[in-house]
Amino acid sequence: MSAISSANATYRARKRTNAVMLAVSGAALAFGLLWLVWILATLLYEGGSALCRASLYTQMTPPPGADGGLANAIVGSLLMVASGTLIGTPVGILAGTYCAEYGRSGWLASATRFLNDVLLSAPSIVIGLFVYSIYVARVGHFSGWAGSVALGLLVVPVVVRTTDDMLKLVPNSLREAAFALGCPTWKVITLVTYRAARTGIVTGILLAVARISGETAPLLFTSLNNQFWSLDMNSPLANLPVVIFQFAMSPYADWHRLAWGGAALITLAVLALNVAARVAFRRRA
Amino acid sequence: MSAVPGLPADYDIAVTVPRNGVTPPARPGRGRWKDRAFEWLTRLFALLVFSILAAILVSLVAGSLLSLERNGVAFLWSDDWDPVKESFGALVPIYGTLLTSLIALLIGVPVSFGIALFLTELSPAWLKRPLGTAIELLAAIPSIIYGMWGLFVFAPLFQTYLQPHLIATFGAVPGIALLFEGPPLGIGMLTAGLILSIMVIPFITAVMRDVFELVPPMLKESAYALGGTTWEVVWRVVLPYTKVGVVGGIMLGLGRALGETMAVTFVIGNAHRLSASLMAPGTSIASALANEFTEAVGDLYFAALIELGLILFAITTVVLAVSKLLLSRLARREGTRT
Repeated sequence: MSAISSANATYRARKRTNAVMLAVSGAALAFGLLWLVWILATLLYEGGSALCRASLYTQMTPPPGADGGLANAIVGSLLMVASGTLIGTPVGILAGTYCAEYGRSGWLASATRFLNDVLLSAPSIVIGLFVYSIYVARVGHFSGWAGSVALGLLVVPVVVRTTDDMLKLVPNSLREAAFALGCPTWKVITLVTYRAARTGIVTGILLAVARISGETAPLLFTSLNNQFWSLDMNSPLANLPVVIFQFAMSPYADWHRLAWGGAALITLAVLALNVAARVAFRRRA
Repeated sequence: MSAVPGLPADYDIAVTVPRNGVTPPARPGRGRWKDRAFEWLTRLFALLVFSILAAILVSLVAGSLLSLERNGVAFLWSDDWDPVKESFGALVPIYGTLLTSLIALLIGVPVSFGIALFLTELSPAWLKRPLGTAIELLAAIPSIIYGMWGLFVFAPLFQTYLQPHLIATFGAVPGIALLFEGPPLGIGMLTAGLILSIMVIPFITAVMRDVFELVPPMLKESAYALGGTTWEVVWRVVLPYTKVGVVGGIMLGLGRALGETMAVTFVIGNAHRLSASLMAPGTSIASALANEFTEAVGDLYFAALIELGLILFAITTVVLAVSKLLLSRLARREGTRT
C-alpha cells in the first residue's frame, strides 16, 4: 500500500494540496483573531489612561480645549438603554410566547417569525429614520424617549427570537405533566415553561442589551446629543455612542482622547455583557 | 376547526404528535377566560411585531412621497446629488453600498470558510469553544469602534504601507488599472470594504459552522474510508452537501454589510462622486443618511434621504428573504434524509 502510494505522484500532490489548504484555513483563523486582538489592544492603549481618570465619570462633556469627562453621556446612555430594554423586552417575550406556545406552525406564527427576522436584520439606521418620522417629526424636537423607542425596537426582534427558540426547547413532557394536574394553559406557560426556559430568555435579553449599548446610528436622529447634564427624557439626551462619533470626527486632540476613553468603556461593557450571557447560558447546559 | 363541540377551535385531535407544545385538554367551566385573555394578549403582541414592520414600510413610503413624485424612477440611476439646486439621484450611494459590500464578501467569504473549516474539522476539541467565542466576539464590538479604529489606526497604516504598493503594482496592469487610480488617501471604498469584511466574518462563520455540523457523519466517514484527505472531504462532500446553507449564510452576511452605518461613515470619505477607482472616496446609503439627515434643509432633500432609506430597507429585506429561503431548504432536505 505505502509502496504504491508514495511512488504515486497524484497521491503526493493530493497530500500537498491538503497540507496547503489546511495551513490556509489556520491562517484564516489567525487573520480573524488578529483584528480582534489589534482592536482591543488599540482601545486599551489609547483609552486606558482616560479610563483610569476619575474625571471621566464625574465631569460633563467639555467644550474643545477644556478639561472634562463623559458623565452626562454615560448617564444618558444608561437611561436610554434601560428604558429601551424595558420597552422592548415585554413585547418580545409575549410575541415569542405566541410563536412557540400558541401559533406553533400556524400562519400567524410563521409570518411573525419571518417578519421578525426581517426586523432583526433591518439596518438600525432605518429604525432611526422610522422613529424620527413617527415621533420626532411629530413632536418637533429630539428626545431621550425617541432614542429609547428606537433602541426598544432593536431589542424586540432579538428577544422574540430567543424566547421562541428557548420555549421550543422545553420538553413537552413538562407541559403534559402540568396539564395532567389540571393547570390552565396560562398557568402552564407562566409557571412551568417560562421557568424552564428562564436562563435562555435572560441570555437573549442580555445579548439584546449588549447590542443596543453600542448602537449609534438610530440615536443620531432620535436623541441626538446634549452637552450638559440632563435627566430629562423629554429633551435631547447625551449618550456615549453619539458623543464618541462627534468627538472622534472633530479636529481636537483632547476630544479624541475622551472619545477613545468612551470607546474603551463601551467596548469593555459590551464584551462583558456578551461573556456574561454566554457563561449564564452554559451553566444551565 | 374542531368538530367536537365545547373544544377550542385550535384543538388538534392528536393524530400526529404536535411539533411543539402540547395541545391542552378542554377545560369546561370558570377560569377559561384567563386562558383566552392570555392567549389573546400574546397574539396581540405577535400582531404588534407584524404591524411594526408594516408601519416602518408605510412611514418610509409616506416620507419619501415628495421625492418619488418629483424624481420618479430616474432617482435610481441619476448620479446627481446637489442639495443647493435640489437635484437628487441615488446612483452614487447605491453604487457605494453595493461595491463596499461586494469587497467585504470577496474577502470575508474565503476567510470565514477557512475559519469554519478549522473549527469543525481541525481544531482540537478543547480549543473549539474559546476560538469560536473569540470569533463571535468580533460581532459584539460596536460598529462605531470599528469606524474609529479604521479611521485612526488602520487608514494611516494602509495609506503609508499598503496603498502605494497596490497603486504601483495594479495601476500598471491594463484592464484593472482603472480600479487603482488616484492618490493613496487611506480612506475610501477599499478601506470601507476591508473593515466591513472583518465585521461580516463572524456572521458568515457562525452559519457555516452550523451547516457543516449538519452533514451526516456517515457521509464524511465514507469519504475518509475511500482515502480522501481532509481537504477533499470538506471540498467534495461537506461543501456540496451544505451548498444551499452556505449561500444562505453568505446572504446573511451581505445583509449586515449593506446596512452597516457607523463603520462605513468613518472611513468611506463621504464624497458624492462616482468613481471607478477603489481608492477613491465615495459614499453609501447608510453613511449618506448618517451624515446628512440631521442637517438636511428643504422638504425635497428630506424626502430624497428617506427614499434612500426605503431603498436600503428594500434591498436588505430581499437579501434576507433569499437567505431564509435557502437556509430553510437545507433544513428541509436535512429532515427528509435522516
